[in-house]
Amino acid sequence: MLATGVVGAVEDPWIRWSWISGHADIIAAALVQHIQLTLIAVVVGLVIAVPLGLVAWRSRVFRGPIFSLTGILYTIPSLALFSALVPFTGFTILTSEIGLVSYTLLILIRNIVVGLNSVPDDVREAAQGMGYRPLAELVRIDIPLATPAILAGVRIATVTTIGLVTVTALIGEGGLGSLIYDGLLRDFKTPLVVGTVLSVALAVVADLSLAGAERVITPWSRARATT
Amino acid sequence: MNFANQVLQWFLNGAHWQGDGGIPHRTFEHLAMSGASVLTAAVIALPVGIAIGHIGRGGILAINISNIGRAIPSFAVLVIAVELFGIGALPAFIALVALAIPPMVTNSYIGMREVDADVREAARGMGMRERAVLLRVELPIALPFIMAGIRTSAVNVVATATLAALVAWGGLGRFIVDGFGLQDYPMMFAGAIMVAILSLIVEFSLAGAQRLATPAGLRPSKTVQKEEPLGTTRDTAMVAA
Repeated sequence: MLATGVVGAVEDPWIRWSWISGHADIIAAALVQHIQLTLIAVVVGLVIAVPLGLVAWRSRVFRGPIFSLTGILYTIPSLALFSALVPFTGFTILTSEIGLVSYTLLILIRNIVVGLNSVPDDVREAAQGMGYRPLAELVRIDIPLATPAILAGVRIATVTTIGLVTVTALIGEGGLGSLIYDGLLRDFKTPLVVGTVLSVALAVVADLSLAGAERVITPWSRARATT
Repeated sequence: MNFANQVLQWFLNGAHWQGDGGIPHRTFEHLAMSGASVLTAAVIALPVGIAIGHIGRGGILAINISNIGRAIPSFAVLVIAVELFGIGALPAFIALVALAIPPMVTNSYIGMREVDADVREAARGMGMRERAVLLRVELPIALPFIMAGIRTSAVNVVATATLAALVAWGGLGRFIVDGFGLQDYPMMFAGAIMVAILSLIVEFSLAGAQRLATPAGLRPSKTVQKEEPLGTTRDTAMVAA
């Protein structure tokens, strides 16, 4: 009792700066891994979501199943999805990415379909009247006009993924989540605080940069908003 | 014996259905913790969102609280709660309440702003008092959005309650975390399946409740269904956990 009392008396502060300066390399590596896991998930998610989104947009038959399936994937809790994959794909980056990518799909596909649906019929008719073939109309008319909605989807998917990456710490990946998990396992607050603060900061920076990219790529939507 | 068979055997083992560590009790724990957290969060969040929407000020806060909530990992919220309140049920409960509040504030605010100014004015013109305008006009119109917020929060809470097994609390996440620790993969997989099914049941039943809560005059006909992309003011509150 007395001994534990003495140990307990050494209060663990929320942040111990000496630990941070001594572990800068580990923190940097966790941050880099976090960015990598997020980037792979969003890029692979887009590669899958664009064709599926186009199919769901054009075909009423496939729209229902695509939305139901991605909706179900989105609803399954991350820890359940990751741990259901482990017996098959092991404690690998593949397990993490299958889970992370499947969470981006609903957001990305939904925004692609809604964005394309929001292109006014008049515009589409005008393009056809000017002699645009279907593919040219898609690439030069529909997709550019759907871009603000698609980018909004990319923003949400990115911020969501940054949060979910922390959970992959439990299956041996995790990026900044590994610092949070380390803090939990060792009951040591500093890595927990560092992991959380950097994860939130990363989400904010990613959100703001994508918002900036959106303004550069689609200057017309800003012009419309101000007039 | 292949893996699917091992999982099946795990489910068929009578011992896994009995006692405090059995499937029925863990399911009950999971649902009780989730229900209590969502109810507590609703009692806190809905009056705030409805009041902000009714008065029409503080909208930026109501909208952005969800975006901020999305940027903070649920896992981190849970571990921080453990550092503040120790391990077990209390930190899990507090973390879940904190996670459930933002989508409810945002959606109930959005629901109140959806009420057409003309409708509000017509209600006042008919001689309704402020209280009646709120209770008999604004709230019924806002109800589907309020339900959408509760649904988003509830699904998120059921998911995060799984993570609470990591901080020494029960629920269905126990099977996953213990299976993981014991390298008992059939148990881990069985736990994952149960958690997934529970989440889907909660999602679908609350989606049904949301439809029932929509006043008949406001139900969209199939042909004129309005679609809004995620990330606009109407649908800022979705989260994954």
